Amino acid sequence: MITAGCDVGSLTSKAVIMKDNRILAQDVILSRIKPAESALTVMESALKQAGMTLKDINFCVGTGYGRDRITFVQEAVSEITCHARGARWLLPTVKTVIDIGGQDCKAMRIDNEGKIVKFITNDKCASGTGRFLEVMAKIIGVTLDDLGGLSARAKAPITVANACTVWVQADVIQHLNDGVAAEDIGAGINNAMASRMAVLANNIGLERDLCMTGGVAKNAGVVIALEKLLGMTIKRIKKVDPQLVGAVGAALIAGDKCERRAAS
Amino acid sequence: MIVAGCDVGSLTAKAVIMEDGKILAWEILRAGTKPALSAQAVMDKVLTKAVLSMKDISWCVGTGYGRKQIAFANGEESEIACHGRGAVWAAPNVRTVVDIGGQDAKAIKVDARGNVIRYIYNDKCASGTGRFLEVMADALGIALDDLGELSGNATNPVTLSNQCVVFAETEIISLVNEGRDVSDIIAGLHRALANRAAAMVGSIVAEAEVAMTGGVARNSGMFSALETALGIPVRSIEHPQINGAIGAALFAHDAAAAQT
Repeated sequence: MITAGCDVGSLTSKAVIMKDNRILAQDVILSRIKPAESALTVMESALKQAGMTLKDINFCVGTGYGRDRITFVQEAVSEITCHARGARWLLPTVKTVIDIGGQDCKAMRIDNEGKIVKFITNDKCASGTGRFLEVMAKIIGVTLDDLGGLSARAKAPITVANACTVWVQADVIQHLNDGVAAEDIGAGINNAMASRMAVLANNIGLERDLCMTGGVAKNAGVVIALEKLLGMTIKRIKKVDPQLVGAVGAALIAGDKCERRAAS
Repeated sequence: MIVAGCDVGSLTAKAVIMEDGKILAWEILRAGTKPALSAQAVMDKVLTKAVLSMKDISWCVGTGYGRKQIAFANGEESEIACHGRGAVWAAPNVRTVVDIGGQDAKAIKVDARGNVIRYIYNDKCASGTGRFLEVMADALGIALDDLGELSGNATNPVTLSNQCVVFAETEIISLVNEGRDVSDIIAGLHRALANRAAAMVGSIVAEAEVAMTGGVARNSGMFSALETALGIPVRSIEHPQINGAIGAALFAHDAAAAQT
């Protein structure tokens, strides 16, 4: 049985093709203006890698903010459900998942059966979302990928007093004008990001094990700062890119649905 | 008796010189990074305008976010108190003041003498402050001062789905790309900001009359958007942007009178 998951986010679109609990192909692209187009492009690229076409896929599930615009999926499932499913499959002991998207952030708690017990989402305020880091990286003049590494090299991280992205942006410009080192500013930004995430995570009550999904999970500065704030180790996802967890979850859910369909 | 009020805000510094309840001169300057210097610069300018020197001023009260750094002030008052006092002086029937500053917003309920009864304040989130319009004007490539007039041409104002400045900026850029009329976008921005202000006014249980102060009040589009959002007329006052400085000068008058 071959299934697929397609996660169309605000910033990136992801596709995963799976066969019998194994990942056959995967891809991540920058999202286009039209979600339908992003979905098709990323899926075609994953299919090409797997040497397949859409008709080889038994069931495909869509997720992410653009999930209702994907033309080729059999079903659309919420990101929360997909991230929970994907995280449990990658790390079976996980009970709490923090997912940072390009324009939102979520924290969810899962029971032993993988059911979602509690969750919280913020998509109203850019602070605490991937966008916050994106804005800051641009002003500091580093790539998003390099921002995480700045923390380790910082000597005296700045303290960020504001939460609002707009105010922090002004503070960072002030620090740059004052000649503060990029490492110290970057570390302060990573710490600020972690503290916003900690508020969200504490809100739903943490339970071990804890993991992070989404692209920000690759930012070591944020992950280490968050571990300190929460007083808990964050389990690293190593089998796949943490950005792909939603798409993996979608592909797994596609498998569940396929089996249920076959049984009935 | 000649007194002065100096309001050092995040974006602009304002100074006013008053004599026995009359404005002699006023001045507004773009604030620099150092509040102390901005205060001195705006005060020097207004003194020159009034053909006076600092020693002619019996008392000076400072206000605004930089009020603690004004070297020449004899005392200080909160912006809330100054805006309440200034608005009631300008329009005696005013009981609610909506002040939208460059980096904050407040709704203030006052009594007949301009004393503050209740207030609500936001400086945590840029949305709902003057910065919202500043960022959007910048994204649209339009001068902040032109927003009011342009919004007058709107026929079908847009409805923004985002409140956050960062997300709303992206949203209006895509609206421009979709070919939406710029006037309609600006009118939509005014509505969004007015709705935020109206929510603050609602939470302090506002009473008529309502006045709008701060630089944003000079924007005619914002003025009518706030009237629509509140569902009641908004009283216009003569000097909305220097209202805080006027309030400070009135407090200076009280203090000077108490000294004699």
